[in-house]
Amino acid sequence: MNKEISISKKQKTILSLFTCLVFLALVYVGDMLTPPTSSWGMLFTVLEKGSIYALVAVSMNLLNGFTGLFSLGQAGFMLIGGYTYAIFSIPAASRDSVYQYFDGGLIKFSIPEIFSNALGGVLGELGYSLGEFIGMFVPMIMAGLITAGLAFLIGIPVLRLKSDYLAIATLGFAEILRAFFQWKALGPITNGSNILRSFSTYSSPLFPIIISGLCIGFIVLLINSSYGRAFKAIRDDEIAAEAMGVNLFKHKQWSFVISSFFAGIGGALLAMFSSSITTTPFTSNLTYEILLIVVIGGIGSVTGSILGSFLFVACSEWWLRGLDSGAFLGLSFGFMRPGFRKVVFAVVIMIIVLFYSKGIMGTREFSWEGFLTFLKNLPGRLINFFKAFPKRLADFFRTLPAKIAGLPARMKNSLKKLKTNTKHGKEAR
Amino acid sequence: MTKRNILRVSDVTMQFGGVVAVNNLNLEVNKGEIIGLIGPNGAGKTTAFNVITGVYAPTNGAVSIDGQVVIENYPQGKMKALYKGQNAGKYADRRVLTPDKITKMGVARTFQNIRLFKGMSVMENVLVAMHTNLEAGVFSAAFRRNRKEEEKMHDEAMQLLRMFDLEKNKDDMSTSLPYGKQRHLEIARALATKPKLLLLDEPAAGMNPQESDELMHLVAKIRDDFDLSVLMIEHHMQVVMGICERIYVLDYGALIAEGNPQEIQNNPRVIEAYLGVDE
Repeated sequence: MNKEISISKKQKTILSLFTCLVFLALVYVGDMLTPPTSSWGMLFTVLEKGSIYALVAVSMNLLNGFTGLFSLGQAGFMLIGGYTYAIFSIPAASRDSVYQYFDGGLIKFSIPEIFSNALGGVLGELGYSLGEFIGMFVPMIMAGLITAGLAFLIGIPVLRLKSDYLAIATLGFAEILRAFFQWKALGPITNGSNILRSFSTYSSPLFPIIISGLCIGFIVLLINSSYGRAFKAIRDDEIAAEAMGVNLFKHKQWSFVISSFFAGIGGALLAMFSSSITTTPFTSNLTYEILLIVVIGGIGSVTGSILGSFLFVACSEWWLRGLDSGAFLGLSFGFMRPGFRKVVFAVVIMIIVLFYSKGIMGTREFSWEGFLTFLKNLPGRLINFFKAFPKRLADFFRTLPAKIAGLPARMKNSLKKLKTNTKHGKEAR
Repeated sequence: MTKRNILRVSDVTMQFGGVVAVNNLNLEVNKGEIIGLIGPNGAGKTTAFNVITGVYAPTNGAVSIDGQVVIENYPQGKMKALYKGQNAGKYADRRVLTPDKITKMGVARTFQNIRLFKGMSVMENVLVAMHTNLEAGVFSAAFRRNRKEEEKMHDEAMQLLRMFDLEKNKDDMSTSLPYGKQRHLEIARALATKPKLLLLDEPAAGMNPQESDELMHLVAKIRDDFDLSVLMIEHHMQVVMGICERIYVLDYGALIAEGNPQEIQNNPRVIEAYLGVDE
């Protein structure tokens, strides 16, 4: 018996604000109370990295899930964002040691430092930290803008391509960017293939969570606006969208540029998270990780991308770590050695793709009504579940042989479904 | 009394490689008229629509909307040698607009095989078509600075849905609608772009006699309520003969007849094209 719950718009807003505040307060207090050596410290790492990945995944979903542009350039755009941020926020004093092979580099100032000096601060005083904090936003926004500008230029030729060709072109651009940033001639700016470090970073996990939250909020607003509807129309049927007066190129360009802007911000946050940056992590592997998150969460669901990011980061950084070190849920086997985590992870992903071929959320989004209804019906469902459990267990074992026999056919079907899903809305003119 | 000209297609030839799909087509639609475009399968009717709406650039000829030449082309490049049509030297200008620009100029269309936005609700389908006349930019739309405009769009969309008896389905997925209602939604969506000229590509396809009869009245009603002209491709002769003021007949890409329903019904060339002749 599913009972629907309905609540007013005002109540929803209050509920959302309240939940956000409680969550942020919990993170703040938790971070204060947790000693750095505690194993719960991992929780905060997951929250930080998860929120950064969530931002990038949502930005990729804006392209892939809402505009129907299969782009694989996300890692390249994150790279530009990360480097832009790092280059402009290394303190002048540290530049000599960071750019040791390039005579201290070409740029001799740091934007956060300019702000902290302007506020008259001496290192360690409130004015200094405040100035640095404010100053961090400038290179971060620059990171977004420069990435968006480059995306605009790349978009002019690339967005005329369709489906798979677009994916190949964007992937290629991302790889070119990575090689370009390692180029020795650019060393005075990018430090060649050497590491960039000691730039200003955040001190509380609240920072990436709040920034990502705000950015995702903007993307959600955009998706629900008239432009978002035009994006979805392009995804569903390009020819019909154009016939209804949607300028394909202009809208694709907007989607591409906005998505890249947030990928750039995400890259800057990732640079801060790891407090150093090289081109190494920004391979196509990173793009595939993000794509995986988008697919697992549900192509076309912002909620799904956010859930997917936290699940992905938690699994790969925390929950499945034990598989590598040889102790997982009290189990220990000889084959649990470094790398085994990835084997299990691959199996988990295959299971998700086979049984939830549209991802965890499909194209649905979080709503308070849905959530509260779910909670309200949960006890009843659980009771029913446990009541029926013995019978279902018996049934399961009874039908198991038949199921195993039917597995190849089922997998074939799932693959077929997946193929049609990815082709959906992209048929050639 | 001469009426204002809304659409004029002059000497349009559309040639794909060596195949002439539309051959020297001339037709015009005046304000307030309902015009039929008929012909056997493969006669080039939909190709003509695609030229008018900017999907294809014609090989030769011009299209003007509301007295203004918007599309013009002449055989050039490889086509110069291949061109099999007429009036090769008549046009010397190349002017091509994308479909969205044509739509913005006031020509809306429906599709032969229904092309609704599958992942969107009925309401959203109509709202998308209103996007073309949106004044707000990306950021003012995202930050809801255009709330009044958005509300107006919703009201107008509701009015359209009410007119097509779709208001109860407004939150349903467009693909979950029954076939007839999907056709209606396509027309509603086209009207949402605020057109001067509505192109209907087989609106009565797959409908039973009663449904197509209803459609006929609906098209006439739309013409009066929205003060527009209609050009329709249709195979149901009952519909075409019932509401069209003038009819153009295409066969093998070329115009073979033009006139009012009685003239067309008695035209020997039309009968020949549809039924063949006794040997």
